[in-house]
Amino acid sequence: MEAFVQILINGLSQGSVYALVALGYTMVYGVLQFINFAHSDIFMLGAFAAIFAVPALQSLGVTSPWILFILTTLASMLACIFVSLTVERIAYRPLRKAPRLNVLITAIGVSLFLQNIVQVKAGADPRFFPRVIETQSLLGGEGLVITNIQVMVLAVSAILMFLLNFIVHHTKLGTAMRAVSFDIEIANLMGIPTDAVISFTFIIGSALAGAASILYGLAYPKIEPLLGTLIGLKAFVAAVFGGIGSIMGATVGGLVLGLAEAITVYLGASTYRDAIAFGILILILLVKPAGLFGTVRREKV
Amino acid sequence: MKISQWITFGIVVASIWGLGFLFESNLNPYVVRVIVNCGIAMILAMSLNLVNGCAGQFSLGHAGFMGVGAYLSATITTLLPMAYPELSFLREPLGIGIAVVLGGIGAGVAGYLVGLPSLRLRGDYLAIVTLGFGEIIRIIFLNIDAVGGPRGMPGIPRESTFFWVYFWALNTFVILYRLIKSSYGRAILSIRENEIAAESMGIDIAHYKVVAFVISSFFAGIAGALFAHYQGFIDPATFNFNRSVDVVIMVVLGGMGSLSGALLGGIIVSLLPEILRVLEQYRMVVFPLILIVLMLVRPMGLLGHREIWDFLPKFKRKKEVKANG
Amino acid sequence: MKSLFFSLGLVFLSLSASCIKKSDTAGTPANENEIVFGEYGSMTGSESTFGTSTHKGIMMAVEEANKKGGVKGKQVRVISYDTQGKSDEAVTVVTRLITQDRVNVILGEVASSRSIAAAPVAQQYKVPMISPSSTNPKVTQLGDYIFRVCFIDPFQGSVMAKFAINNLNLKKAAIFRDVKSDYSVGLANFFAEDYKKMGGQIVMDVAYSGGDVDFKSQLTKIKETKPDVLFVPGYYTEAGIIAVQARELGIKATLLGGDGWDSNKLSEIGQSSILGAYFSNHYSAEDKSPVVQNFVTQYKAKYGEVPNSLAAQGYDAALIAMDAINRAPDLTSKSIRDAIASTKNFQGVTGIISINEDRNAVKPAVVLKVEAGAKHTYVTTINPG
Repeated sequence: MEAFVQILINGLSQGSVYALVALGYTMVYGVLQFINFAHSDIFMLGAFAAIFAVPALQSLGVTSPWILFILTTLASMLACIFVSLTVERIAYRPLRKAPRLNVLITAIGVSLFLQNIVQVKAGADPRFFPRVIETQSLLGGEGLVITNIQVMVLAVSAILMFLLNFIVHHTKLGTAMRAVSFDIEIANLMGIPTDAVISFTFIIGSALAGAASILYGLAYPKIEPLLGTLIGLKAFVAAVFGGIGSIMGATVGGLVLGLAEAITVYLGASTYRDAIAFGILILILLVKPAGLFGTVRREKV
Repeated sequence: MKISQWITFGIVVASIWGLGFLFESNLNPYVVRVIVNCGIAMILAMSLNLVNGCAGQFSLGHAGFMGVGAYLSATITTLLPMAYPELSFLREPLGIGIAVVLGGIGAGVAGYLVGLPSLRLRGDYLAIVTLGFGEIIRIIFLNIDAVGGPRGMPGIPRESTFFWVYFWALNTFVILYRLIKSSYGRAILSIRENEIAAESMGIDIAHYKVVAFVISSFFAGIAGALFAHYQGFIDPATFNFNRSVDVVIMVVLGGMGSLSGALLGGIIVSLLPEILRVLEQYRMVVFPLILIVLMLVRPMGLLGHREIWDFLPKFKRKKEVKANG
Repeated sequence: MKSLFFSLGLVFLSLSASCIKKSDTAGTPANENEIVFGEYGSMTGSESTFGTSTHKGIMMAVEEANKKGGVKGKQVRVISYDTQGKSDEAVTVVTRLITQDRVNVILGEVASSRSIAAAPVAQQYKVPMISPSSTNPKVTQLGDYIFRVCFIDPFQGSVMAKFAINNLNLKKAAIFRDVKSDYSVGLANFFAEDYKKMGGQIVMDVAYSGGDVDFKSQLTKIKETKPDVLFVPGYYTEAGIIAVQARELGIKATLLGGDGWDSNKLSEIGQSSILGAYFSNHYSAEDKSPVVQNFVTQYKAKYGEVPNSLAAQGYDAALIAMDAINRAPDLTSKSIRDAIASTKNFQGVTGIISINEDRNAVKPAVVLKVEAGAKHTYVTTINPG
């Protein structure tokens, strides 16, 4: 029984990281109808930004762990936003009207470029995320173990998702975003500044990725340039599973995936861990392609 | 095929044999290896071109089929003779040839299994599912301890000579060329142009999609088997998403839908790292940049939908005559 | 018709030109006045300290020899390629070293998986290969041109088993192996075999994949069985993370490992969680013998750090290669190979090295303890047999 609860905690904790990254995928897909392959590498960049930011901040005299944490998160978010907007401007915007395939290929190109430029400049050796906040077991260690980091991951993810939901459903910007995802041309005709809205979508998505990267780094301190690939793939699967374009879907998808993985590994098949994500993906696409909470788009001739 | 075509084919095969002899006798073995690697890339590019370029179905899982071909053939030529010494003839070129074909067939079966569920999916979804299947195939091999699991399979007989690889490249080219020119091929092309229109014209989209997948993966399997016997060692990590992307770059660079474009793409993508050896580190930075720039500036690739002989003046005149007459 | 002529012409050309023969180039450098060593190792990637340390050891040995006039009057040059920690890359670079760079001897690799992948290439082209630190028995079984200057895992497994039972008196062990590494899988099996023979009990045996970052699910399973010992026969990157997560989960078992732990990064990653752990190794920098102390001093002067066993083994591998070439009657691959095979009682930094008929070295192992300040202090020596 105790093991089961432990697995639950571990799984949800990892799942919330997937969920945060999945949100980025789902939002961009919602407004632009394409998979931003590069999103996971933005996530990776956030982690690297943090690795460089912490010593810099520390040398400026910042010592309190909580302030360091908040400032690092901000730094990471800013880095992610900056790169994301640049990519959107240079690589995606010119292809707004092009066939979906071309944008997809471009996204793959951006993703590979980011991974490899970091690899070349920063080296392929794994680096270790600075221990900004020390891990502490909260329940004494003999039985069930929840660490402060795990609690933080869950809490911060919950707060961010709540915030996102608020923005999307209760603000003008959110309404504009939903309008653009419904039909970009009509939204334009209605006077919505689509370029700005799309940029905002990218900003929010990458900010979430930045936050996720800090949480990830605190929980799993090994950071390397190829970090984004697998996380990205799984987060994308989570988004599709939950229904791409749906925020609730991305959240639920991420948590479910995290749990499924934790259970699989516990049951002894650790090398199948990654296959779980793809298995779920294929299953959902065969059974309910729109995902759990998604809506089917009718293609008109 | 007519007799004269068979004769031409036979002569070309003989010249490949001759060239192979020439190269292997006189050239630095390293250079020969690069040329052979090129040939394998060409087979991969041509096969992916059928699905991505001709049928317009964006597949990102080609490496998986390559892996099936590699593992199946390697199991036959390496593991079986180890377990049953009387089967050591399998390590001889003839045995390897059989293993390569079986590898291709195995990959074809995998292609069937992947193609079926993928039928209903379009564009991005198909891309992700094929990526997923590619990864699943890789993870399956990762978990089969008998073929070495994550540690890989060493000691595969390195018999992929110039002749065998280019012989298969020739086969691939001829078969795919004739396929595209046939009515079967036109049906496949119609899927790319407009699925809904094609379906309303009575073309069984599902059937042709699956056929494209199966044939494409068969050749990918052949390429994988040849690769295994070129490297001498395979592990599941060799057949990962990055490998699939490499092949996609070859096809996109050459022009999606163009067979000769695939050849060109394959050659460029294999040779570039060798030529730019100095920039070895930056290879994987430059490649994606090329891809991005291509998409922004010339998304149809070098040759677009056309073939390289469409550019030759002699053929151009022939075409004009046909059009006018 | 045109195409027919064209192809006929091609055939003619190829058949006529094919009469020219080429010479066998493997193992003979282009420049006859030098001796070339080809090194392959993981200079980047998760196990980069292995590759870089080994490289430093090799270079130091070669430079010392060159200063004294080289080997057989010729200067030794080392060509190094990075395997990036990947087995298929190892195959590619070794092929390149042999076919393009035409080296006399191949030095490498540290990780058994990569040595196993590349050895068949060296064997095929009949170029001698010396692995400085690969301990999986399979490596030298791949051919008579493959050698190693370190002990093998059947021995290393027994070392930690003996240490756990005799020195620590701990009889319940859990094993956490890296299923991606030949080294880890082999060492785990050998440890389990000997541990059970000596009366110990293996209460849990689970696996992870090299590269994983999250071990909590498997560690939860391990925790349930309440072991006294957690044997982690993997590489330092994961060993460090596993230590941290194990302690987080409240696992109190003593951590034991093998020579894959040898890196200054182990403590950087494992921090306080890895303190008090023990691992088996090939040599200790604290060894008081003059040979070792001399080596340590020179290395510190040249590189500014204390040499780990990877550097020491690299040093010895290069020395043995050069010694063999000196003893060989000529510079053909066969002669060099035979000379390596007959190495007896060579005084290396990592001990007295004799190559036995299995092409392995029979040497004692040391057990080191991880202490504060990333120090690996010497605990005891365990001899073979």
